[in-house]
Amino acid sequence: MRRLTRVLPLAPAVVLLLLFLAGPIAYCVYIAFTDLQLTGQAHASFVGFGNFRHAFHDAEFRNAVWLTLVFTVLSSLVGQNTLGLALAALMKRASKPVRTLTGGVVITAWVLPEVVAGFLLYAFFRREGTLNALLDWLHLPRQNWLFTLPVLAVSFANVWRGTAFSMLVYSAALDEIPSEITEAAEVDGAGGWRRMWHITLPMIRRSIGTNLMLNTLQTLSVFGLIWVMTRGGPGNRSQTLPLFMYEQAFQNSMIGYGTAVALLLLVVGSLFSVVYLRLLRTEV
Amino acid sequence: MRPTAALSALLTAALAATALTGCGSGSGSSPNTLKVSYKQSTDNSVKVMDTYLAGVKKEFEKKYPGKKVEFVPIKAPDSEYYTKVQQMLRSPRTAPDLVYEDTFLINSDITSGYLKPLDPYLAKWPDWNQFIGTAKAAARGQDGKTYGVPDGTDTRGLWFDRRVFAKAGLPADWQPKTWADVLAAARTIKQKVPGVTPLNVYTGKPAGERSTMQGFEMLLYGTGQGTSDPLYDSATKKWITAGQGFKDALTFVETVYKEKLGPDVSDALDPNFATTVNGELLPQGKIGIDLDGSWLPQAWLAGSGHDWPDWSKQLGLAYMPTQNGQAPGKVSMSGGWTWAVPAKAGNPDLAFDFIKAMQSEANAKKWYIANSGISVRKDVAKDPSYATAQPGIKFFTDLVATTHYRPAYPAYPKVSTAVQEAMEGVTTGDASVEKAASAYDSTLKDVTGGQVIQK
Repeated sequence: MRRLTRVLPLAPAVVLLLLFLAGPIAYCVYIAFTDLQLTGQAHASFVGFGNFRHAFHDAEFRNAVWLTLVFTVLSSLVGQNTLGLALAALMKRASKPVRTLTGGVVITAWVLPEVVAGFLLYAFFRREGTLNALLDWLHLPRQNWLFTLPVLAVSFANVWRGTAFSMLVYSAALDEIPSEITEAAEVDGAGGWRRMWHITLPMIRRSIGTNLMLNTLQTLSVFGLIWVMTRGGPGNRSQTLPLFMYEQAFQNSMIGYGTAVALLLLVVGSLFSVVYLRLLRTEV
Repeated sequence: MRPTAALSALLTAALAATALTGCGSGSGSSPNTLKVSYKQSTDNSVKVMDTYLAGVKKEFEKKYPGKKVEFVPIKAPDSEYYTKVQQMLRSPRTAPDLVYEDTFLINSDITSGYLKPLDPYLAKWPDWNQFIGTAKAAARGQDGKTYGVPDGTDTRGLWFDRRVFAKAGLPADWQPKTWADVLAAARTIKQKVPGVTPLNVYTGKPAGERSTMQGFEMLLYGTGQGTSDPLYDSATKKWITAGQGFKDALTFVETVYKEKLGPDVSDALDPNFATTVNGELLPQGKIGIDLDGSWLPQAWLAGSGHDWPDWSKQLGLAYMPTQNGQAPGKVSMSGGWTWAVPAKAGNPDLAFDFIKAMQSEANAKKWYIANSGISVRKDVAKDPSYATAQPGIKFFTDLVATTHYRPAYPAYPKVSTAVQEAMEGVTTGDASVEKAASAYDSTLKDVTGGQVIQK
């Protein structure tokens, strides 16, 4: 009886989760094994692993996986994470006005809705855009990255937008490092880089892991930003997995195949998570 | 640590999955409210359809007291509009009573069982006899039943800028006889009028069906003998693989972009390029020749945002010639939209009454003129006030006699995407004509379930 009264308050939450979270996911998994189409088909039928086999033979799918990895490593691991840490470290030493100003600017990018950010960066990168106006003014050669190197352009966009998050996480983590330790190292003659490598990084290891995990998962599912900037084009040169999935499911009307791709995206995300969780577990 | 890890992984998976699943909401329908879904222009200043429908609504609500018309406009580019509508049609809670369907997709939606056959209603509607035969067939399913009432059609041709032509020393009454003539004029413009795009041919996936129909098919249907459909063989019910005509059409596209006769490739692959062409580049005299549809002037009418009342003084019209001038000498493609009643509509009878109100002779005429549409009603086509309402109407209405219709079978949308991919390959230079054609063949086999034939 006691047990029951303990469990009872949880019941509404559990029911809601089952209904709105587990339900759709189970339905998704089911659809991934059918050839369901949005149009042009009277009845859907069960096709087993057909969609997954199709994906692995599909050159466009492999292209999308590759671009997703490039996009994630460039913008999340290298860009947001490193830049966020650098900003946090620099801001710790900066004067208050500088800190407030930089923090404000960086966080503005984070606060902007994804689609708005996408449009801003589209306007910045496009051929008649701000970047080229600046380059002209400096008498430097123009660029058209949205066309020539779209993955780089959208990666930059994602760094611009997402760095604030890493910065906030690392700012909090750096504040937690006791100043005695850093001072002791300083007295022992450790320079800035050595303090960073031997003191700071090991001490904020857990924050790094958490931040990497959240960043990566968020970056893996970025859709709006890329859609607004390039629609995955030109050709499919910036078509990451979420865009590929959208194209298959909603433009080519192959909901079954699109859902199968969504499940594969989930697998990619889980692989990253497993790696990070392993990193987190190792003790110093 | 272990259970936490498992829990985090599970949470991770769950979070990612929620991001990937969507949820829509809908409301039930009341017997006195008629819900009408249509495609709203993505150009905010173009309100042609909204204005027209508001007028019909007023008339309708007066004629049927107690009934209300509620519009459910969908503001999206074509391909996203189709997707949205298909999702709405799947559930009785979201299905409108009346929906605007492109003939491009209607067969596909009929196969899915999304639409209701209209034959019982059409039999009792005398005006239906005024519709021309090809238009009646546009919304006929493979089961022989009719699922939509067309609200006009369209044809296609070459628009050329007389201001640019004068500077290039080309005639003001230009009419090319072959593809070579078109390219020759474009080359002259490139040489003599810098800063102007000599020839615009839509291409690539971002422009969607626009690339296939205005671009590729206007070329493809002018190759060969022109006696049978070059995409679909109706005798064997199979899709035709890339033959010589297909490759010649791709070569034309390749030439346009390789010789820089067309727009900058990055512009051509911008999904919003068509809006720029129609609203800015053509009025500003920045395009020499534009291979495009009959509806362009709807963006230039008074009150439509880009007022350009005397466009016909500056723009000329020419037929798109066949490849080598072979009979019939000109090419046009036709499509158009229809009004259809969803299978899950709550008020199908009322919905058909609204179709009748929209497609009365007077309202149909009003719509054709406002929309720069081509009449599919015999009585309106004969009406002198229609033929003279706008310059160009006669030119495009005359094309109806020789125009081609797409093989809009259920697989067509995917075949169309395959065509766009082939075009995009030769446009960017990523693929040669041969390579693009063979990629088309293998995609074709894939999307039609092997129903292909070599001709």
